[in-house]
Amino acid sequence: MTEAQLRAACALRLGDDGLILSHRLAEWSSLAPELEEDVALTNIALDLLGQARMLLTHAGELEGRGRDEDGLAYLRDEREFVNCLLVEQQNGDFAVTIARQLLYSTHQLGLLEGLLGSTDPTLAAVAAKAVKEVAYHRDHAAGWTLRLGDGTEESHRRMQSAVERMWPYAAELFESDDVVRRAAAAGVAPDPAALRPAWDAAVGAVLVEATLSRPQASWAPSGGRRGLHTECFGRLLAEMQHLHRSHAGARW
Amino acid sequence: MDAAERVRLLVAGVADPEIPALTIEDLGILRGVRLDGDTVVVEITPTYSGCPALAAIRADVERRLHEHGHAEVEVRAVLSPAWTTDRITDRGRRRLAAQGIAPPPPPGTAVEPSAVPCPQCGSAHTELLSRCAATPCQALRRCGACLEPFPHFRAHR
Repeated sequence: MTEAQLRAACALRLGDDGLILSHRLAEWSSLAPELEEDVALTNIALDLLGQARMLLTHAGELEGRGRDEDGLAYLRDEREFVNCLLVEQQNGDFAVTIARQLLYSTHQLGLLEGLLGSTDPTLAAVAAKAVKEVAYHRDHAAGWTLRLGDGTEESHRRMQSAVERMWPYAAELFESDDVVRRAAAAGVAPDPAALRPAWDAAVGAVLVEATLSRPQASWAPSGGRRGLHTECFGRLLAEMQHLHRSHAGARW
Repeated sequence: MDAAERVRLLVAGVADPEIPALTIEDLGILRGVRLDGDTVVVEITPTYSGCPALAAIRADVERRLHEHGHAEVEVRAVLSPAWTTDRITDRGRRRLAAQGIAPPPPPGTAVEPSAVPCPQCGSAHTELLSRCAATPCQALRRCGACLEPFPHFRAHR
């Protein structure tokens, strides 16, 4: 693997995470429990989409196969996407969406802070913009986790169940593989395993304050970084890619 | 005035698509304008990663320059150093307030100011209603004196 391929692989992973999570959050548009949340969730989706566009463009330029952001977003098949499984999980009720946001944005924030010093100048520049945006995403998710966890009996029950449902997917965020090890050695991206203690502490503190119990480690599904996705992902892609594939080159 | 300054003033006068009372120079989105032979090279910087206005700004800059006889235009988006609200000029801050939008805290002051004065009546007695308003860069507040809700351009550093 060349240096350019390594940097492309890192940009693609983070870009796919943002693209897919952005799509899931956009599904809340006009359906959120209150108007303010409709605006907040779609604004978070917009931040993630903007970051993903820059990352996919960068990945396309590095790989040198003539694929731009649209080519990468709309013309790859399921097995070619390298996002983590967590971000593709269905929205569920509002608590599930918030649990997914808490687990992912806490991880993303640590990753971006590590990328500020990346040897890849574009990754460092994207991270410098994104880190401020994702700090807000995390505050938003933490605020709702507290409100729901330490709220009514019903909201507590649902928030606890949501955290338990999303928890197994967090393990994959910290997995190591060849790309991750090489990227850390080359100073392109931080080693995610090293981010785990800070993530545990940050998420743990929110759960305690929200009167929620920390789920026991159970099964740890994996495979997203190798293109092995969960069942719901195919349907997400079908919706996301349908227009572009059915009307190639359409403009408005 | 030389050719470079004339072309810089043309670009600096392009209105922001979301808050048209302000120019892209007022908001600090414009990074630089230079002539490279016959080509006008314009550098702009996005406020937020997903700012949907960037494509519109790019098109507006190109149109303005084309209308004034500059056929070759290259608009580049520059990410680094990242845009901050400290780049909003003093004139930009005055124009925001005149639009009923409380400007972000001035450079060198706290990110979360203890008081955000109401742009309508000037009262310091205002409260936060929502961290998101009409655009991602604004929060929604309400004045306790005149009771008017108003947007606040949040600090982004």
